[in-house]
Amino acid sequence: MKLNLSRVVRGCRLGTLNNLGKKGDRTMEFPGCLLYTRTGSAPHLTHDTLQVISGIPVMTQLTLSSLAEHYEILEEYKEGIGKFIGMPESVFYCSLHDPVNTCPPGYVTNKSVSVWGVGGRLEMTAAKFMTIQQALQPDWFQCLSDGEALCGEVFSAKRARKSVDRSLAFLDECLKLQEQSEVLRSCVMIGVIEGGDIREERLRSARETAKRPVGGFLLDGFHGDAMTKETKLQLMSSVTAELPEDKPRLIFGIGQPDEVLECIEAGVDLFESFFPYQVTERGCALTFSFDYQPNPEDTVLQQNGKKKEGGDNRDHIDKVTTIKCIPETAFEINLKEKKYRDDFGPLVEGCSCYCCKNHSRAYVHHLLVTNELLAGVLLMMHNFQHYFGFFCAIREALRKDRLGQLKELICKQATS
Amino acid sequence: FPPSWLSLALRVVAECGRSKARACELRLPHSTVATPVFMPVGTQGTMKGVTAVQLDGLGCRICLGNTYHLGMRPGPELIQKAGGLHGFMNWNRNLLTDSGGFQMVSLLALSEVTEEGVRFHSPYDGAEILLSPEKSVEIQNALGSDIMMQLDDVVSSTLTCSRVEEAMHRSIRWLDRCISANQRPDQQNLFAIIQGGLDPVLRSKCLEEMTKRDVPGFAIGGLSGGKNHLPREKPRYLMGVGYATDLVVCVALGCDMFDCVFPTRTVRFGSALVPTGNLQLKKKQFAKDFRPIDEACMCPTCQRHTRAFLHVLLHSNNTAALHHVTVHNIAYQLRLMDAIWTSIVEHRFPDFVRDFMKTMYGDVGRCPGWAVEALQSVGIPLS
Repeated sequence: MKLNLSRVVRGCRLGTLNNLGKKGDRTMEFPGCLLYTRTGSAPHLTHDTLQVISGIPVMTQLTLSSLAEHYEILEEYKEGIGKFIGMPESVFYCSLHDPVNTCPPGYVTNKSVSVWGVGGRLEMTAAKFMTIQQALQPDWFQCLSDGEALCGEVFSAKRARKSVDRSLAFLDECLKLQEQSEVLRSCVMIGVIEGGDIREERLRSARETAKRPVGGFLLDGFHGDAMTKETKLQLMSSVTAELPEDKPRLIFGIGQPDEVLECIEAGVDLFESFFPYQVTERGCALTFSFDYQPNPEDTVLQQNGKKKEGGDNRDHIDKVTTIKCIPETAFEINLKEKKYRDDFGPLVEGCSCYCCKNHSRAYVHHLLVTNELLAGVLLMMHNFQHYFGFFCAIREALRKDRLGQLKELICKQATS
Repeated sequence: FPPSWLSLALRVVAECGRSKARACELRLPHSTVATPVFMPVGTQGTMKGVTAVQLDGLGCRICLGNTYHLGMRPGPELIQKAGGLHGFMNWNRNLLTDSGGFQMVSLLALSEVTEEGVRFHSPYDGAEILLSPEKSVEIQNALGSDIMMQLDDVVSSTLTCSRVEEAMHRSIRWLDRCISANQRPDQQNLFAIIQGGLDPVLRSKCLEEMTKRDVPGFAIGGLSGGKNHLPREKPRYLMGVGYATDLVVCVALGCDMFDCVFPTRTVRFGSALVPTGNLQLKKKQFAKDFRPIDEACMCPTCQRHTRAFLHVLLHSNNTAALHHVTVHNIAYQLRLMDAIWTSIVEHRFPDFVRDFMKTMYGDVGRCPGWAVEALQSVGIPLS
């Protein structure tokens, strides 16, 4: 695997990762995102509906939490997770946890980390962890790590230090085990940067992890609300400054468009695509514009943006069902709202996804109201394509040194 | 083929020399359909989690929409605005809608049937609604289906003779009202529904009367097993039948069209249809089974996935698991009908039936009695 950095603009890296995959013939651009999956499948989508989406990432994210409990099946299958899930052509990154499902704290010990699958808690020592990875045979995998730096809701320096110590210990043990396995030697280990909100710990984690022969780095613990945005971004920049230029930087749990841009400015390369899934689950469609060079005659922004129509209370009552979930962002519209009942336009004007080319807002609204499975399928197709299009626009903007304009456009929508 | 200005035409391509099975081509406004045909049921304007393109790709040329459900949500006015149900779902093949009557009677406990129609209370706001023959046709006209069903007076065939007879006569009167109410006879084909319960005399009388109305096709609401002398040149639609064995036997008895929710509804249990019955994929026995659902199946699910993977996925909350099985089950049903069609055209339908029953049941002793008798009655003994 080789990283080609084509340019760095105000901290933002643009480039490609070449020679990816078992055959060493795949290339991935960054900044970019990975295809989010749940139990080895894109949510709601079969191969046919997935393939229709433009801009599908070269690399797919698998989560150990959804697959670990099945490792014995994979061992017997022998041919690796890619073929097992029906994606033999894809390149895989296996993360420890799922960014959507948070797991209960307090289960990491000096010897083990736990993940939660359908069958309950699965405790893994380094040895068990590597055995499972050996059965999965992903191209990249996140090393076993301690991602807890909180004591309750607040960061604890002591706990942060422990998370760094443990993660380094796990890393060394896993590297040793990797050496002993021919199968695992062809997989790339991703080192995990921990340390909570403690600057010294973050720097220690970065420097020490960078000393080890890992193929890339995962910035962990920057999701959620425990840190202020300021602290988060400062720490991120400090961390990436310590990391070698020629290895990719992934980040866990960050997906909102405005936050993605901030992280890219802080030196991050790769993101997950769980955010479009969350949008789908609340019956929403991504509508934010990333066209920072619009045709002056277009009124796309007005058409698709959130309209202020006499108060938020009325919108709330007008929704047919209310589901308790993470609140909607300003980047999306809620198709359950009554106003879409007879809106025969596409989800987003000008979008070329399967849903926008074939169906209307009214139809998707109907599917949501009647609780039909197709709603999730169509929304996922649109939301993935929209999100992948956003990353394409980021790369394009970096190529033309116009990221500032894109950022301004996104931020304007974030606060509308 | 009869003149193209007719909105429906049936061409008999081949007939089984022994049984009443026939292989036909049914020309409908949106495309030609080979019969015998199985029509999957897309109740609320969608075929579960399968897209219109996927459904078309499986070879489906006609499917069902439910008038009751769609009439409630989103309602006929909205669907008409969307360009009919075809436009709303973006389905360019054929659609068949039912009258709405059956579902109302079965889903709504407090319905009352009078000469006017079916009176009931809306489950959403309690308002009183009357579904009359005129109203049913009005909704179906708005939906724009290629085939629509008359509103019939649905009664259980186990009821007393007098109620069954009353229903039969009323259904004839309602057929006339439906025919009068049809605003689009050149684009939408109104089928009659033969009533009469289990009484061959009543059914015969009903058929005699309904045939006089020159409807483009007939539905049979439930199996009677007796001699149905339905006109040869018009399609015969057996409503609500779709289990594989039932399809094969009823084709032998002379039926052309079938619909059933079973293949798509059984998916929620992780049940996949195969020539030997079904596989309960959520069961442990499939955890390490690395074969596809059906080695001979050409559907996208079987071409790419194993039982073991589907087993894992069905135990997750990723709905993709259901879509894989829905695709397969629809493919299974369509492939069965295709095999039936070919066997009739190649004059080997009786052998096909025997092979089918052998695969499904093993020996004759395990075949359902009614199937053995029915097949015997049309010249296909099983032993």
